[in-house]
Amino acid sequence: MIVTQFLVVAAALFALGVYGLLVRRNAVMVLLAVELMLNAVNLNLVAFESAIRSSEAVGQVFAIFVITVAAAEVGIGLAIILMIFRNRRSANVDDFNLMKW
Amino acid sequence: MTFFSWLSEPTNWVYLALGSVVLVSGFRVVTSQNVIHAALSLVAALAGTAGLFLLLSAEFVAWVLVLVYIGAVIVLFLFGIMITRAPTGRDVDLDNKAAKPLAAVVSVVLFLVLAWTALSGFGSTEVVGAGVATATDIVGTSLLGRFVIPFEVVSFVLLAALIGGITLARRDLSPMEEEERGTV
Repeated sequence: MIVTQFLVVAAALFALGVYGLLVRRNAVMVLLAVELMLNAVNLNLVAFESAIRSSEAVGQVFAIFVITVAAAEVGIGLAIILMIFRNRRSANVDDFNLMKW
Repeated sequence: MTFFSWLSEPTNWVYLALGSVVLVSGFRVVTSQNVIHAALSLVAALAGTAGLFLLLSAEFVAWVLVLVYIGAVIVLFLFGIMITRAPTGRDVDLDNKAAKPLAAVVSVVLFLVLAWTALSGFGSTEVVGAGVATATDIVGTSLLGRFVIPFEVVSFVLLAALIGGITLARRDLSPMEEEERGTV
């Protein structure tokens, strides 16, 4: 196995996440696309760790940090979406124009 | 290294199977017109990624991914979908159709740039660590040794985010409503 094959899968996953981020209307679906992108980054970190084999498993530790921050992001993001949904009766990103000038 | 010698390694067959699962279900996450199907496709994509982690002999991260993501985050997503969209069937208005061509171009170009960078930068560097198990005690010692301060900071961030989430999502009654209910 070579490193590049994992990097290419991660790049494809990241590109899919960007596509979803740009196309989706529903805010929950946008968060799903962000999860895909974070997952691609994790794959990169673990692949490099496995290729370099640092003595402290630095890549895996950073992947765990990314997973933790992603969990926090989902919690707070869904709470914000819920709050907006309660106020505006919609979860579409196009309708969130409150701060538009 | 030629393609046929690459294909003769059995681990690369596992890689091809897992990679195609990840990409197909990742594609379904961003294109499915049914919100529940999109969330469930994310489960398949994450499970495939956990399999790739196992292939790279990162067992601890793989099981953390399964526990945290498939176990907790997806459930949270399903709740979010069910609360914000009462009818959960097909929805034709889920995508911004005008943005589709431009988004496709952007993501394809991004993929080509990233893949080309990886190919030209790393070529055929072998993954030396695959097949050799990472002892989880290395990860643990590292987390509570060199990375103990980032570890504590990230746990504090998680705590703050959860408290913030609860504070945001709970319904605050106005003073008049509270008086009506007699809770004051």
